[in-house]
Amino acid sequence: MESLAINLQVLFSGLALGSIYALVALGFVLIIRATNVVNFAQGDFAMLGGFAMVAFMGAGVPYWLAIPGALVVMALFGLVFNRGVYYPLRHRSYLPVIISTLGASIFMQNTVLYFFGPQPKPMRRVFETAGIEIGGVFMDTQYLVILGVTAIAVAFQYFLFEHTLLGKKLQATSQDKDMARLVGIPVAAMIAFTFVYSAVLGGIAGILVSPVLFVSIGMGSIIALKAFSATVIGGFGDVTGAIVGGLLLGVVESFGAHYISVPYKDAFAFLLLFIFLLLRPQGIFGEKVSEKA
Amino acid sequence: MNKTYAVDAAPLNGQAAPHAARRRPVLRVAFFVALGLLVAVLPLVLPLSSYVLNILMQAATYAVAVLGMTVVLGYAGQINLAQATFFGLGAYAVGLGTVVAGMNFWLALAVGIGLAAAAGCVLGMTTLRLGGHYLAMITISFQQIFDLVMVNWAEVTQGPDGVAGIERPSLFGWQLTDDRAYLLMCLAVLYAGIFFVWWLPQTRTGRAMRAVRENELAASVTGVNTLRTKVIAFTLSSALAGLGGALYAAGFAYISPDNFNFARSIEFLTMTLLGGSQSAFGGVLGTGLLILLPEWLRFLKDIYLAVYGLAVILIMVFMPAGIWGLLRAPFERRRKPAPVDLDAIAPLDFGVRAANPEPILRLEAVQKHFGGVKAVDGISLEVARGTVHALIGPNGSGKTTTLNVLSGIYRATGGRVLFNGNDITQHAPHERAGMGIGRTFQNIRLFPAMSVLENVMVGAQRPNNPISGHREALRERALSALKFVGMADRAEFLVKNLPYGHQRLVEIARALAGHPEFLLLDEPAAGLNQTEKKELGELLKRLRGHGLTIFLIEHDIALIEQVSDRITVLNFGKKIAEGAPAEALRHPDVIAAYLGEPAHGAA
Repeated sequence: MESLAINLQVLFSGLALGSIYALVALGFVLIIRATNVVNFAQGDFAMLGGFAMVAFMGAGVPYWLAIPGALVVMALFGLVFNRGVYYPLRHRSYLPVIISTLGASIFMQNTVLYFFGPQPKPMRRVFETAGIEIGGVFMDTQYLVILGVTAIAVAFQYFLFEHTLLGKKLQATSQDKDMARLVGIPVAAMIAFTFVYSAVLGGIAGILVSPVLFVSIGMGSIIALKAFSATVIGGFGDVTGAIVGGLLLGVVESFGAHYISVPYKDAFAFLLLFIFLLLRPQGIFGEKVSEKA
Repeated sequence: MNKTYAVDAAPLNGQAAPHAARRRPVLRVAFFVALGLLVAVLPLVLPLSSYVLNILMQAATYAVAVLGMTVVLGYAGQINLAQATFFGLGAYAVGLGTVVAGMNFWLALAVGIGLAAAAGCVLGMTTLRLGGHYLAMITISFQQIFDLVMVNWAEVTQGPDGVAGIERPSLFGWQLTDDRAYLLMCLAVLYAGIFFVWWLPQTRTGRAMRAVRENELAASVTGVNTLRTKVIAFTLSSALAGLGGALYAAGFAYISPDNFNFARSIEFLTMTLLGGSQSAFGGVLGTGLLILLPEWLRFLKDIYLAVYGLAVILIMVFMPAGIWGLLRAPFERRRKPAPVDLDAIAPLDFGVRAANPEPILRLEAVQKHFGGVKAVDGISLEVARGTVHALIGPNGSGKTTTLNVLSGIYRATGGRVLFNGNDITQHAPHERAGMGIGRTFQNIRLFPAMSVLENVMVGAQRPNNPISGHREALRERALSALKFVGMADRAEFLVKNLPYGHQRLVEIARALAGHPEFLLLDEPAAGLNQTEKKELGELLKRLRGHGLTIFLIEHDIALIEQVSDRITVLNFGKKIAEGAPAEALRHPDVIAAYLGEPAHGAA
């Protein structure tokens, strides 16, 4: 019985961790679908969200106002990012673009480092209460919030894409830009919106995970790697895949750390990634695609 | 999704001009030997402080790793974000090998190169199949795992403290402990590396790498084993990194995991891009600049790395060919393509086999389904040797899909494809090209940043092509093919500078250079004007006159009636008619498929 409770405990924290990966992975997938390019600064969106909170609260802004403030900052940053990092290279192949996003990632991390210093910053939790215990499993409120917000974000995204005109336009843009342009969809604006949306998603993930991981310069990179692994495991460019992949990765990591080794915690995710690439490179939900001649 | 060439090639890039190397070989080699001697001797005669010598040593060892990046990123167009890991494998092999295991330096160096190459090869074989973004992320993950292991597996790697007291070797009785002597040795190695990387693009493998970078799909149907080519590039790149790392370890006597982290990989990447990823000299130039830059940019202090990140974006946007590309551009613009002596080119030999009643190609109930869509739904047909066989049908009838199943780009969902009686249903595109199946594409797929001649040489170097694999033989074969289509006078032009109609002809020449037994043409007349169409018709007739078997898709019915012996008509993935042109085109089902059903008797 005791061990069951422990396992459930590990499962719970794995799912919470996994939702963070899933949130960032969602941002990844959106940009992949809109531009066919992986944004290597996606994790740094989360980092920036965390630091925006630190900045606002440092300036005396109350927590509940700092959150919308930070998200507005993220939205604006998404616009700037699109304009500065993606837009000038939009007609080139994917390699210059991903290298450019890598450059952006280094730039963001070191600019933040310059202003905030290398010391990780603590961040308050959304609710002050520690948590609740059900059947021997202690549920941290922050983890519950993470799970809840992720669920809401996923539901919102589903609604947006499947049931609104904006969502249809976004889908059309991601599937065939030339055709979308011909039927009058403002493709550039749709892509800009995608970057804004992804930046905000990243910001939310950063704000949520800050109390658990602390706000640090490097927090984004490691989250991004896991999130990308999640998209590959789930199926490249697949929304459901990103969520399932993220959760799976969080759980594997959590159990791996508990039963095998804590220092190598990060290696389990990559190991899972390698296994998938070898045995099922198209991921759980992905279809085998071949290039059209 | 149109996959175009990777890191955009420089306009009129140096690598795309093989003749430059041929024209003044003595002069060039002499120049580089002189330059190399000068660079090598300078540190010996100039009174340099040991600080400066250290910086030079760092630059020389890094540059060897960057040369690897030139091969994998610049030539083969594959991203590698773990170069510091391969560099670190070489360094740790020397560090742990000499200090802990008491190995001889040179043996440890060989082990280091071997380890790095093996790691690169294994990583490449598992992930290069996927390419692109996967490769970027996998290499980052590999880099992270390496970091974790180096820091945490302290019993073996000595953990974060690193390895100290690495000694410099002796060579033929000469002690290389002195900074100058050791630097000289590093420079000699670097110089050999530069020469190798400079020479590589003109070899078969180098050409194959660039073809893969420019258009992977076209490379594969032209006979390039794309996976093997990419793995070779990756392995070479990691071996060079291992070599650089091994030299670095003994040069600086101390190594720790910090020297080989992700930031260092990004540094190698930036050096490559800054200097110009497609040239060995560019890579070395970029390395020198980025190592000296911190010295010059001290005033930037804390924001140095931020500026660095910004520089990466700016290079990608404004300097896709790097500094070397910028330096070369004015010379390239002035350079006139060498004139080609058209009369000296031998006529194209087709080497068509003696008449054989056996059909050259047989499709047996071939199917290709995409999810629920039955694009090709049980097509059977035979193509007789030495004939022109046309495949027609309305848009969406499955013509191009059939062609893709034939050339191996798609694997058939069901049925069999027999070529010369051999079942090739499961063969990869390059294997089929190696058996003598050539093809062109509806939306032309050439290697844009390579010269016309090089494009066709890639076709000539297909496996089993019955000519010598020697460079001169390939060149002659390519020129003959170009002469046949009337493009020999354009041999030295870059393909991307040719007009559309000429690009079509070059694509046909590329296929012809490989002695195809069976030529697949996907809408060769698409986008051509009336004159060009007429010329194409003449070309096809000449090809038929040489006994070549041609299987073509075309919408231009007049052209088809002129050139084809037999027509197969498809609709909705099924064969609806077949026969001689007059017969097939007048078949009521064919008329209905093209023009719709007549409305209730009123025709």
